[in-house]
Formats: sequence, C-alpha cells, structure tokens
Amino acid sequence: MFTAVTIAVLVAMALALFRAYAGPTLYDRILAVNVFGTKTVLLIAIVGFLMGRPEFLDIAMVYALMNFITVIGILRFFEYSSPGKSANSETVKD
Amino acid sequence: MKIQTLSLGVLLVAFWALNSGLFKPLMYGLGTASVLLVLLISSRMKVIDSESQPLNLTKNIPGYYLWLLKELVISNIKVVGTIWRSNLHLQPALVTIKMDHLSEIGKVIYANSISLTPGTVTTEVTDNSITVHALDKSSIAEIESGEMEARVRKLDK
Amino acid sequence: MSIVATYLSWALLVIGGLLCISGSVGLLRFPDFFTRMHAASVTDTLATGMILAGLMLQAPTWIVLAKLIMILVFVLLTGPTAGHALAKAALHSGLKPLLPGKSGVLEADTKPSGGV
Repeated sequence: MFTAVTIAVLVAMALALFRAYAGPTLYDRILAVNVFGTKTVLLIAIVGFLMGRPEFLDIAMVYALMNFITVIGILRFFEYSSPGKSANSETVKD
Repeated sequence: MKIQTLSLGVLLVAFWALNSGLFKPLMYGLGTASVLLVLLISSRMKVIDSESQPLNLTKNIPGYYLWLLKELVISNIKVVGTIWRSNLHLQPALVTIKMDHLSEIGKVIYANSISLTPGTVTTEVTDNSITVHALDKSSIAEIESGEMEARVRKLDK
Repeated sequence: MSIVATYLSWALLVIGGLLCISGSVGLLRFPDFFTRMHAASVTDTLATGMILAGLMLQAPTWIVLAKLIMILVFVLLTGPTAGHALAKAALHSGLKPLLPGKSGVLEADTKPSGGV
C-alpha cells in the first residue's frame, strides 16, 4: 500500500515538473519547483516507511526547510534583477 | 530572566531531545551547550520578546486552530471540485478589503490564515486593508463577512 | 483498536495521494499563475496533512511520531509565507491576473494592480 502512495506522489511530481518545463512565466516555474519540493518531502517520508527505515524523516525535515529557503532566495534574486516585462508580455497571449 | 527566555529554552530542549532520540551523557552535554549558545545569541540579537514568543495567545490559539482546520477541509473540497470540473469556467477576483485596526501579530495571523486556506491568497497587507486574490468570487464574500477577522481579534483577549 | 488505526491510516494515505495528484492536475489545467497558486496550496495543506497523519498512525516509536509532527508544522508554517512572497513578487513585477471581463471571458486586467 505504501507502494501505491509512492507511485501517486511520483505521478504528481512528474506533472509538477511538466509545469516547471512549460512555464510560461518565471513565476509559474518557481511555483512548480515549490510544489515539487513539498512533494519530495512527502516522497522521502513515505519511502522511509516503505523501506522500514524511518530515519529518512531527518532528511525530509531538512528538505522541508531547504525548500522554503530556496524559494525565498530565488524570489529575492529575481526581484532585484526584474525580468518583469517579459513575464507580462508572455501572459497576454493566453 | 524574562518568561520568553524560559519558553524559548524549553522549546529548544524539546526540539533537541526529539531530534536526537539518544539519551546518553554526551548528548545531554552537547544539547545543553547548544541550547545555551542559541539563547545567548538570540538575547544578544534582541529577538526574545513578545513578538517572537507571543505567549499571550496560548490560551485561545487551540480553538482557533480547530476552526481553521475545519475551514481548510471545506475550502480544499471546493478547490478540488473546481479542479476536476470538466468545464473550468473560473471567476477569479483580485479585491482590496477594508479591515479595522489589528495588532501587528494579529495582522500576520490573519494574512497567513487567508493564504493557508486554498482558494484565497493574500497579496498585500496595509494598516487598514488587505488585498486578496481568490479562485472564486464566493470566497471573497466569505472573507468580507468578517468571521475570520473577528476570531483573530478575539485571540489577543 | 490497532486494526481500526491501520484501516484509517490506509484511508488517509490513499485520499492524501489522490489530493496530491489533484493539486498537480490543477497546476496543469488552470489558465494563469494566480489561479495555479490556489491549486498548489491544496498540495501544501490537506494532501501533506493527510499523508503525514496516515504515517503518524503507523509510527513505530514516539520519536518518529514527533518528527512527523515537526515536518507537518514546518510545511504548514512555510507554505503560506512562500505563497504570499510569490504572489507579491509576481504582482510587483507587473504580472497581471486574469479576471472575468464584461463578456464573462477571462482576460488580463488592464487596471493598476491592487485595484478592485
């Protein structure tokens, strides 16, 4: 049963990765990476139980914190290098 | 010694003990040393105050969390229903909503609660208004009814 | 008792997995960044909560249970903060949300951001 949930989370991760590839704006990609990171935390936790080694939870915890700091860091970086104009022109065609 | 220092210390000791799970003399020593170091650094940074340790909320916060959990489940069901609808037909909205004065910590709790519930995201907070993007117009009406605001206001008392 | 806990745990895990997929499908289906953000927060809140609660019911030791609770608290605390930072950065960079126009069709907002 853990296997089924692992596969479900993997499918969800693949879909999120596709959104990160498709974009179209920078922020869509950052959002997709954030979702991907949250699911990675879940995946590590479930795989830990699947393999009977709950010590994996330490890694999941560190990953949860790293995921947050990554997103904030990337946002800080792009806020001051302002790729905003290209971001908006891409959404108009939707 | 302030009560906030004590509560931060208790929190750090619990965090250390639950993370290591090993109860040996060496671990006690290292744990005590690192907890004291963190307490020293944070008191030098002057971050130990009622803002980082809002102890006055302790009495009312469990009830608020239970209510928030109920709201979370309801709005999750709504958003998941929208996702699987064959015809999306979305009615998103970006609205600035007026609100009465809240304490600093109250504003943070209010804005974060709105962001936490799926279907609504806070985009900007000022002293007397809050800007919200909603997946559906009905969520805006729910926020404007002010139930969440009233509950956050009650937390301080 | 343990039988009930096991069945409850499987139910929570399966529903959590389905919610996870739902969040990702929403991420793909919704038309613009701001609506996609709402789909993403389904994953951040209830899907995470249910899967971790399902694991909690099968935790072999107290330490594992405590660590699962800590992960849940981290995710619930950081999720809205990251979401708010993303939305604010997107609005300030000039990305306009799609709003229903006069004909009811979604179109990019032409008014300044933050307006009604």
